[in-house]
Amino acid sequence: MVDVSLESQSEGQLDTVQMLVNMGPQHPSTHGVFRMVLMVDGERVVDVEPHIGYLHRGSEKLCEGEIYAQIVTLFDRLDYISNLNNEMVFCRAVEKLMGLEVPERSEYIRVILCELNRVASHLLFFGTFGIDAGAMTPIMYAFRDREKIQSMFEAVTGARMMHNYIRIGGVKNDVPDDFRQRMNGLVGEIRQGIDEADRLLSFGEIFLARTKGIGVIDAKKAISYGASGPTLRASGVPMDVRKDAPYSIYDRFDFGIPIGEKGDSWDRFYVRVEEMRQSLGIMEQALGQMPDGPTITPTRLVLRPPQGEVYVRGENPRGEIGVYLVSNGADRPYRVKVRPPSFCNLMAIRELLLNTYVADAVVILGSLDIVLGEVDR
Amino acid sequence: MVERHRPGHTTPQAAVALDEKGLALERLLPEVLARFNPELGAAVDLVTAIVNSSDVADACLTLRDSPELQMDYLTCLCVVDYEEHLQVVYHLYSTSMKHMMVLKTNVSPDDPVVPTVTSVWLGADWYEREGHDLFGVTFEGHPNLAPLLLYEGFEGYPGRKNFEMPEYAEW
Repeated sequence: MVDVSLESQSEGQLDTVQMLVNMGPQHPSTHGVFRMVLMVDGERVVDVEPHIGYLHRGSEKLCEGEIYAQIVTLFDRLDYISNLNNEMVFCRAVEKLMGLEVPERSEYIRVILCELNRVASHLLFFGTFGIDAGAMTPIMYAFRDREKIQSMFEAVTGARMMHNYIRIGGVKNDVPDDFRQRMNGLVGEIRQGIDEADRLLSFGEIFLARTKGIGVIDAKKAISYGASGPTLRASGVPMDVRKDAPYSIYDRFDFGIPIGEKGDSWDRFYVRVEEMRQSLGIMEQALGQMPDGPTITPTRLVLRPPQGEVYVRGENPRGEIGVYLVSNGADRPYRVKVRPPSFCNLMAIRELLLNTYVADAVVILGSLDIVLGEVDR
Repeated sequence: MVERHRPGHTTPQAAVALDEKGLALERLLPEVLARFNPELGAAVDLVTAIVNSSDVADACLTLRDSPELQMDYLTCLCVVDYEEHLQVVYHLYSTSMKHMMVLKTNVSPDDPVVPTVTSVWLGADWYEREGHDLFGVTFEGHPNLAPLLLYEGFEGYPGRKNFEMPEYAEW
C-alpha cells in the first residue's frame, strides 16, 4: 500500500497547489445527477463537498395530495432500480396501520418478485461497477441475465419498470400459469450466469488492485452515519431487516447474511455478489412452498386508515428503507416520510474519499451503489 | 386539509400492539429519561417519548450511551407540520439490542429551534439540512445548514402545509 497520509507528503520538498475539480452533475460515473466538488492536492483528495437535490421532485409532499392507492405509483419512482421493493414497503405501511391481512399466496408472490428485483438491481451494480473500475466486459454478462429478469417482470406485471403491481392488500393479479416452471428455469440460468460473471471479474488482479483497501469505513463510523444494507454489512455488521425484524414471510426461509471483513470497496462489491446467491436460494424455497388461493384482500378504492402513525422498515437492495406514515383518518395521508437507504449511505462519501487518490473517487462512489431518485426524492 | 367526514362520524384510532421488546422499553424509558420529564406513549408498535425541544440533544446522548438502550443508530429524522406546532421526530434503533423507539419534540412554527444531534450521530447531518430546507427548522449548532435539496435562494418552506404550490392553484 502506498502511504498517502499528509505526514508522509509534507516531508517532501515539493511545493504543491490545491485545485478544485468539479465532478458531475452530468458525469457518467455519478450514476445520475450527483455532483461532487473535490479539492485535490496533486492526485490526492483533501476535501469533498457533495451536492444533491438535482432530482428533487417533492415526492413526499406529492403523497399528501394523492389517495393511498395512487401513492404506490409515486413509490415506484423513488428507487427506480428496485421498484417492487419500494411498492412493498409502502403497501405494508398502510396494511399495518389498517390491520389488514394479506393472503398467503400474494405474500409468496411479493417475496419472489422482490428477491428477483434484488438480483436485477445487484446485476446492474455488478456491470456498472466493473465499468467504474475499467472492466468493460462484465456488464455484458450482467445485462444478459438482467434482461431475462426484466422479461419475467413484463410477463407478470405488464411492465419492465414502474410496475404498480403490489397493491394495498395483495398484488394486482395472479401470476401466469407457467410462472413456477419459468421461474425454476430462470433461477438456474441466473445462478450459472452469476458464476460466470463472478469468475470473469471478482478475482481479477487489476480489479483487486483497483478495489481492495480502497475507501475503507469501519463498523462504528458506518453505524454512526446510518449506513445500511451491503454498505454496512461490508464493514462486518450483520444487520438485515429480513433477519432482525422479519416481515412478510421471511422467517420461513433459510438464508444467510454475507458480511465483509474490512469495509473496503471490494467487500461492498462481493457482499452483493453473495447476496444474489442467497436471494436465489430464497426464491427456490418460496417457489416450492407457494400455496394456491386468492391474491388480494378486497378493499375499497378510497381507503381511510384509522388515525395514527406507523413506521415500517424493509430491506431494499441498497439498504434499509423506512416509511413513516401519519394518517388523520382522511383519504389522503397527512405526512409521508421516506428513509431512503442511498441517502444515508451517500452521507459517508466525504469520510470515504478523504486522503484517497482522485482516480479512486469513481470506484468508491460506484461501490456505494446510489440511486439519485431516492436520494433526492 | 378539509375534513371530508360525515357529521357525527368519529375517526377511529389505530390499535396499539407492542411486542416484547416494546414492552421492555416502555418499562425502561421512564427511568432512563427521568430528568427530561418525558411524555410517554405508543404508536401502533413503537414506544414514543415527547421531550422539551431544548433537551433533545441531551436526551439523545443519554439514549445512545445508556447501557440498557444503546440507541447507536439514527434510523430516521423527520419534521411533521401539525399547523399549530412543528414536530421533529427521531426514530432510534439499537444495532446490538435490535429494538426501536421514537423520540419527539414539539416546536412553534414561528420560531422553530432545536439543538442539533450531529454530535451524537454523524448521520443526522443531511436529515437536519433537509428539515431546515423544507420546514424551516433551525438546528442550533449544526456545522453547515446550507440548502440541500432546494436551490440557493428558494422562497418559503415547501414541506409545510401552508405552502402553496403555484401549478396546483391553476387547476
